[in-house]
Order: sequence, then structure tokens, then C-alpha cells
Amino acid sequence: MEQDTKAFQRVYTKLFQLTKATVSLQASGVGNEELAIVDGRPAQVVKIMDDIVTLQVFQGTEGIATDAEVIFTGKAPTLKVGDDLTGRFFDAYGSPMEGSKEIMGNEVEVGAPSVNPVRRKQPSEFIATGIAGIDLNNSLVTGQKIPFFADPDQPFNQVMAMVALRAKADKIILAGMGLTNDDYLFFKNIFDSAGALDRIVGFINTTENPPVERLLVPDMALSAAEYFAVEKNEKVLVLLTDMTLYSDALSIVSNRMDQIPSKDSMPGSLYSDLARLYEKAVQFPDGGSITIVAVTTLSGGDITHAIPDNTGYITEGQLFLRKDTDVGKVIVDPFRSLSRLKQLVIGKKTREDHPHVMNAAVRLYADAANAKTKLENGFDLTEYDERTLDFAKAYSEKLLAIDVNIEVEEMLETAYQLFAKYFSPEEVGMRQEFVDKYWKDN
Amino acid sequence: MKTTGKITGIIANLVIVETEGNVAQNEICYIKHGDELLMSEVIKIMGEKAYIQVFESTRGVKVGTEVEFTGHMLEVTLGPGILSKNFDGLQNDLNKMEGVFLKRGEYTYPLDVKKQYEFKPLAKKGDSVKAGDWLGEGTENWIPHKIMVPFKFNGNFKIKSIENKGKYKIEDTIAVLTDDDGKEHKVSMIQKWPVKVPIKAYKDKPRPFKIFETGIRVFDTLNPMAEGGTGFIPGPFGSGKTVLQHNISKNAEADLVVIAACGERANEVVEIFTEFPELDDPRSGRKLMERTTIIANTSNMPVAAREASVYTAMTIAEYYRAMGLRVLLLADSTSRWAQALREMSNRMEELPGQDGYPMDLPAIISNFYSRAGFVYLNNGETGSITFIGTVSPAGGNLKEPVTESTKKAARCFYALSQQRADSKRYPAIDSLDSYSKYLEYPEIIEYLNENLDSKWTENVHYAKDTLLRGKEVFEQINILGDDGVPIDYHIKHWKAELVDFVIAQQDAFDKTDASSSFDRQSYMLEKIVNTCKMDFEFDDFEEVGAYFKKMINQFKQMNFSEFDSDDFKKYEKAVEKTLKERRVEEGSEEDEDKAEEKSKEKKSAEPKEKDDKKESKSSESKDEDDKKESKTAKQKDKDSKSKKQKDKKSKDK
Repeated sequence: MEQDTKAFQRVYTKLFQLTKATVSLQASGVGNEELAIVDGRPAQVVKIMDDIVTLQVFQGTEGIATDAEVIFTGKAPTLKVGDDLTGRFFDAYGSPMEGSKEIMGNEVEVGAPSVNPVRRKQPSEFIATGIAGIDLNNSLVTGQKIPFFADPDQPFNQVMAMVALRAKADKIILAGMGLTNDDYLFFKNIFDSAGALDRIVGFINTTENPPVERLLVPDMALSAAEYFAVEKNEKVLVLLTDMTLYSDALSIVSNRMDQIPSKDSMPGSLYSDLARLYEKAVQFPDGGSITIVAVTTLSGGDITHAIPDNTGYITEGQLFLRKDTDVGKVIVDPFRSLSRLKQLVIGKKTREDHPHVMNAAVRLYADAANAKTKLENGFDLTEYDERTLDFAKAYSEKLLAIDVNIEVEEMLETAYQLFAKYFSPEEVGMRQEFVDKYWKDN
Repeated sequence: MKTTGKITGIIANLVIVETEGNVAQNEICYIKHGDELLMSEVIKIMGEKAYIQVFESTRGVKVGTEVEFTGHMLEVTLGPGILSKNFDGLQNDLNKMEGVFLKRGEYTYPLDVKKQYEFKPLAKKGDSVKAGDWLGEGTENWIPHKIMVPFKFNGNFKIKSIENKGKYKIEDTIAVLTDDDGKEHKVSMIQKWPVKVPIKAYKDKPRPFKIFETGIRVFDTLNPMAEGGTGFIPGPFGSGKTVLQHNISKNAEADLVVIAACGERANEVVEIFTEFPELDDPRSGRKLMERTTIIANTSNMPVAAREASVYTAMTIAEYYRAMGLRVLLLADSTSRWAQALREMSNRMEELPGQDGYPMDLPAIISNFYSRAGFVYLNNGETGSITFIGTVSPAGGNLKEPVTESTKKAARCFYALSQQRADSKRYPAIDSLDSYSKYLEYPEIIEYLNENLDSKWTENVHYAKDTLLRGKEVFEQINILGDDGVPIDYHIKHWKAELVDFVIAQQDAFDKTDASSSFDRQSYMLEKIVNTCKMDFEFDDFEEVGAYFKKMINQFKQMNFSEFDSDDFKKYEKAVEKTLKERRVEEGSEEDEDKAEEKSKEKKSAEPKEKDDKKESKSSESKDEDDKKESKTAKQKDKDSKSKKQKDKKSKDK
């Protein structure tokens, strides 16, 4: 804490109401959302009624006595931003997790105002990840926000780390909410061993930390992202994992504040709360951008639950992972995944035939799914059905699997090879000019 | 003497103020937070205490801060210069704001004070006038803009003086009116109006009796919207709500379009900002943006302003309606507005209704929808607001309060179906689940039959019945299997597919197919209905699908060709040839002949000999791979067919 602010700090020592998460006391001159320290623990003003101030204590109130010391800091949560954020990991309050070296730089308030919609640019830059299930079928664009809808047992963190490392982003900002310590170490090691630490900033709340602290993590991460995107005109990729645990923390707080829950015991403001974060994804006019890749874990694949449902209305598409038992690999599901912004880049920033190859392959894959149903229902397969099944296997293995790492051109070539191996040009039904130009008979 | 007060409590964006003096419900006030003025609205008064919702973040606001009340409700400024503007929910001109980020407490004037507008008097000195009467006319972009007696003026007035034709700034006095007491009132080109109060400066509001042409067949033909009507589109995410709304705004028969982007994705608003100034308006040949106003309150902007945004949009629409214009108002999405109401109701600790929404939600929604409508103005001219809102039902479940309340208020219901979206049948509106109450209005039926085709409504019902029968038999086919049902079932199913593919489906991205004129719709409907009334003969159910697929493709090629062009006629001939292959002349002949008589294409279908069958069989073998036995396969098969046709279509381009 700096010396000059200390002069204005007001100290109180009489609490008159304590709940699991909040303390109330008589105080004056306190601003809404101001930070305070209660018995050494960070807290934030959530309600003021006359001279009664209610504070939410992030770590919980266990052991706090009615004579605990309360210090108001006179400011909302802030983060010091500067170039030496890079390569380091911070806790939910923006303090370095290891090493005592404080960040030098400007102090900015987190959760700053939104971008004026008329100042935004239409996203138009393709983000290559090397994963064909994403690049080929669900291309990502700078300034986009897109979550993985994944079951907890799926390797979403691994895929996300892969996306982050391969995407040619200037900065990768990891916001870990309720990460297990193992996953935190996984991210740390994988970034370290990839030699990418100079592009990484991490804000981490693990399961060892109090859940309510999580609420600060995305704000911290996005404030850092805004610094790099606005001040440095950099392309920033923000990873939010796991937004379901973030939302759970929201419901804990609203519950302790006696608010009336809406669907699935989530607060009524869930949509606005999530939108406030996701809408930080933006393409700035001066070249900087913030792209958000998030994870929303599902329970039992249910996407009608309030969290994935509200998320789906906010984000620009969603990605689904699935284990393909035929090839024994995790693939990006081509049917349920969708990138709403892909139209802005495919065939424009990538090769002209990209959208057509994408559609043709997915259509043939759908034919294979039908053939499979037929097989399961005990119907006879036609010769064409057999070929679609063979194609589907190869398509899964060579393109959809998440361990694929190739350039878009190569993906398109691979697709043509598979087409030619199993089908005639008429069966693939591509536009003739592309067949003439790109089709290669094996 | 303005009322002031002091803050005594803060819970998120709900602030409690102890007032000294009178305050009114919904009065606007400003919190004096340092140099910033935070705009707020009174939403509840308890004794000395006023509960206000703040349109901005309340971070840092302290108890004891002074609040100044303005004495008026949330108002918009109405005058020339509204068109082509991008406003936020409180009618701040977003383009005038500095910097990339929105600053708290920054408010910008919505119009251009310095710009000069044409003015030509329509009334003269000595005329007796009242609120809403036209004093003069200017032009805004290229649309005539009426300068009216301010809506707030109560009673009768006499024109004492009025300016001559010329160019004036919006704040210049263009007329002086005297009231009954002889008091003088100056009138400029602008006026203010509180957004939550409907503008009622009209003589009469009849039931809608005219059809509102959108160019989209699933609307116009199957579930028509009336001019001055109301409708809503609920749909789960990813089912194409936004594309549909954009398409309506591009093609609908409206003089101008007001779009309220209420709590939706910012990048979608950016798409409108980027594309509309470039898009050609098919009706005027100018740019679409010239007749469009956007009220943008994206999901990350303050919640209370989101609630205001739909009212701001409606008031602007009412202003233009009073000029005798046809206004199309689109709101995407009204669910976000309802959620904003829920958040406030929650903070005020009101007893909640279903799903935590306020108890009066249904009333608020129906009041809002009732502001749309067709009106006769005092001078006998007509104007209208046609309102289409979208609803984003939680979890895609249509039994939630916002959808249910809207269903009671809106007269048309356009059900977007996830299943149709998944199988790429666009627009993904399920024509059977959807309805238009206007199709039951006698005045609408009369209008349709007189202006379009004497058999129009009959044909529409026939087409819908065909779809319904098709759906029923398809369920049977699914249960009993392809060969477990009579061939007739397959024919019925495929006739429904014919209606679906040729009438209900439409390619929003195809230059020609994107918008279909009424003449064209009427022509195609007649053709399709006649085809559905014909009898066909097949030996085997597998032949049915192949045959109809071929026919559907030919009909679709007609859709993709300019109406009445050579290409159009070429495909029409191809359809006739196909029909001859399988058509049989039997008992239903009589009906057919009647239909034929009225058909504009009399020669179209002549009874056919069965000899042609062989020929057609050989053509079917091309579709060999399309033959699927299992029912699911069959379903998918059709989907892939539609995709193939899309590809074919792009080839044609």
C-alpha cells in the first residue's frame, strides 16, 4: 500500500453484523464498490444504507471478531499495468503469486467502461490455430468471443493451451477461476516449456482459494488485456477457464445477499454479468484486439442450463469436443460447433474454396452419420454408405482430431485427397471451377 | 425551483435519495458525483425517499451526494436529423462521443444544431391547429419531414405567424401560435416528448386491414404481417433471428426503419453500422442507412438504459408515424429488456412473479406492443408502425414468462425452429407452429382477395393444409417404415416438401431470391397449389422422392431467376415437362380443371400417358446415391439435397 493514500484511510473497529460472506458497520464517506481491508482480508462495499456500510469479504468471515479492524482504501479494485506483467502469474487481487517484486506501472481501475459500439471495427482477421476442426470448420476471428462447451472430463484445458500457443497472438492472458492446482501447474509448465512465457500473463484463482475471489479474476485479466490492446495495439488472446465456476461464485454472492434467484438458482443479472465480461472482446480501430476463448463446463451435456444458455446468447458461437470412438481421438464436433464470425474470413482471408470444402466435407460426414444409424438399426448399407463410413474415419483422424497441427492450405489439400480417395467429384458436389482447379485424382 | 435531494443508500445501480420537495414517478434526476453527472430515473417514491435507477455505473458514489431533479420524465428530442443516426438507449449520439471507450456521465445532443434544413409552410397564418398538425415540410435525407405542432400542446391554437419557405436551423422559430387565452407560443423544428407516454396525436386507430409486404414468403404468403401489425420471433440462439431481422429491414415495404438493438451482441450492431451504409435500398435505390435509425444499447452497456432503449425507439417511430409515414420498428431482443426490468425489481425487493420477473411484466409488454398500429391522422392521412420484436427464450423453452406474455400481446407469432436451422432450412420459421391472426381478419381477407388474387386466401390455406398433412403422414412413415405405408403417403409427404422447399424456404443471400414481390408470390403459390392438387402415379415409393426432388429443384431454379425472365420461363417449361411424366387424370380432374382455368399458365399440365415413365426412370438413376431406406437417412438426405441445390444455385450465378 502506498504511503500517500494511507493518509486518507479511515479505520473502524466496530462491526455490528456478520454473515458468512459480509460484515456491516457504521462508517461515513464510503464510496460504492470501494475496497477495504477487514481484519487483513480484502473486502468490497456492496451496499450502503444511511451510515451502514455492508462489505463483502472475499475470503469469507470465519474468525472475524466484532472488534476487527476495517480500513477503507478509498478506491475500487485496481491493477497496476505495465510491460513487466508479462511472464508472470498473479492472484485474484493482481498481486504476484511468487516473488515479491511489485509491478511498476499505472494503476487502472478494473471493470472499466465498455467500448463505444460505433468505434468498434468489424472483426476481420483470421486466427490460425492449426487445429483443422477449428480452422477449417469453425474459424476464429480476432475480436471474437467463443466458449468451449465441454463436459468436465474432456481435455478442454489442454486444447485451450494448444490454441493459445499456436495462435499468433502477441499476448496470452490466462484467467483461471477455480482451477485445480494441477491444472494451474499444467498451464504453467506447458507455457514454460514452449518458451512462451514472454507472451503470457496469468491471473489465477485455484480451488485452494476462496470461491468468491474468483469474481475479480476476469476483470483483472481483461484490464491487462485492454492495456496491451489499447496502449500497445497488440493482438491479445484471453483464456477464461472455467466460466461455470465463475457463475457459481456469482450465485453464492447473490444468495448471501438474500437476492431472489431466477432460473437454475442463478442471479437474475447473470446475462448482464456475463455479457459485461464477454463483450470486452473487441477489434480496436488501431489494430489491437481482444479475443476471448472461454470454457463453460456443462453438467451432463445440458446446454439449456442457465449458464450455457445465457452464454450462448452472448458469445459468437461455441465449440464442442467429442471423443470419436472409431478413431480413439478427441475431435472438434463438426455438427454442434459453430463460429458465427467465420463468414468474415473464410474464402476471404483464406483460400477461395475454403467455405465450399468445409460444407462438402461436413455434408459427407453427415451422410456417414446416417449410414451409421442405418447400421445400428440393422439396415443394409449401400456401397456409397460404406464409402462414407471410411471417409468419416479418415476425416476424423486426419482433420477433426485435436492433435492435428497443419496450415489451412494443407487442410484443404488433405480434404481434397480424402474426397478423391472415396468419392467422385459429382458425389462431393463442389462447384465445378474448384473441382477443375484443385481436385487431384489419387 | 428545482427539487434537490441527498443520497442515503446505494445497492448496485439502485440509489435511494432523501428529497426536499416534490418529485414525480419516472422523473429524471442527476447525481452530482464530482465533475460527473449521472443520469437516473425515479422508479419508486416512499415518503421523503425516492428510489432511483442510475443509467450508469454507481462505482464510487457516496452517501450524502447531492441529486438534482429535472422536473420531467425521460424525454427524446424529435426533429429533423434523427435518420441515419446511431443513438444509445438514452438518445445520445454515439458518433459525437469522444474516445474509444464510453465515458461515464457523457451525454451528447442527438441532433445537429448548426445544420440547416429546408422548410416549406403547409399551414398559413390564421389557421386553427392542434397538437400533431402539420405546420410545414422539410426534407431529411430524401424523405419528406413534417414539422408539427408539438405533441405537448393541449387544446386549440391559432397560427399567428409562420415563416416562409427557406432554410432554417432546428432551433429557429418557424411559427408562433396563440392559444385560447391569447398567450403566444413559439414553435421550432424540434420538440421533446417523454418516451414512456404514447404519442396520441391521431384521429383514429382502426384494426389493421392492409398487408405489410416483407418480400419473405414465409411471412407474406403463409403468415402475413399487417401494416401497423405486431409480431414476434422467439428462437433459441443460433436459429437465425438476427439474419431474419436484418433481411426484413432490408426488404420490407416501409418508408423508414427504426432498429432497437437492445442488450444484444456488440459485433452484431457493428455489422449493421458497417453494412447498412453500403447496402442499396431496393425501394429507393439509395443507401439503406438513409432511411434507418439505430438505437444501440449492447449487452455490456448499463442495464437501466437498456430498458429505456425500446421506449426511445418506439417514440421515434411514433414521431415519424405522425408525419404519415410507414415505419417498421424492430427490437432485438425484448427478452433483454424484460431482464433489465427483473434486475431492478429484484433490487427493490419486490415480490417476484414467475422466474423472478416482476408481476406486471405481461401488462408492461402488452402496453408496449399496443403502441404500434395503423392510424388515421387528424388531416385524414395515414401512418403506421409495424412492430416486430424478437424474444430469446431461456433454454429455447417457449413456456417462459417473456414468450408467454408476448404471445398474448402480439398478433403474429413466427416460431423459429432449431430443427429447421440444423437442417439448413432457412428461414428456419416453422410455418405450422407459427400463426398470423391477421389471416382471420375479414378486412385482411377481403384486401388480399381483392388486391392480390381472388383465390389467395383459399390457396394459402390449401398450402398450409398440405404442409400439415405432410407432417402427419411423415410421422406415420417414421413409425411404420417406408414400405409399411401406402405410396400415397409418400406422395403426400413429398407434396408438403414441395411447399416447404419452394414457398417456405428462401435464400436470404441470393440476390433474386432474397426478396419476392407479391405478384411473384401469388404466381408461385398458385402453381404450387395446383401441383399439389394433381394426382400422380408411382410403382414404388423410391420413385416418389426422386421424382419430387427433380421437380423441387426445377421450381427452385425458378425462384433463383428474375420473375418472368427467359430463365424463369425455361425452368417453368422444365417443370411442365416433369409434371407430364407422372401426372394422372382421375376423379379429382374436375377440381384440377377449375384450378387450371384460373391459373395464369393454362397449358401447364396436361394429362399424361404412363409411357413417359420409363424415360423418367432413367433420369432417376442419376440420383442413385440419394436413395435411402431408413427414415433418418431419408430426413438427412433431404437436407443434403438442399445444400446441393444451394451449390447448384451459386453455380448458376
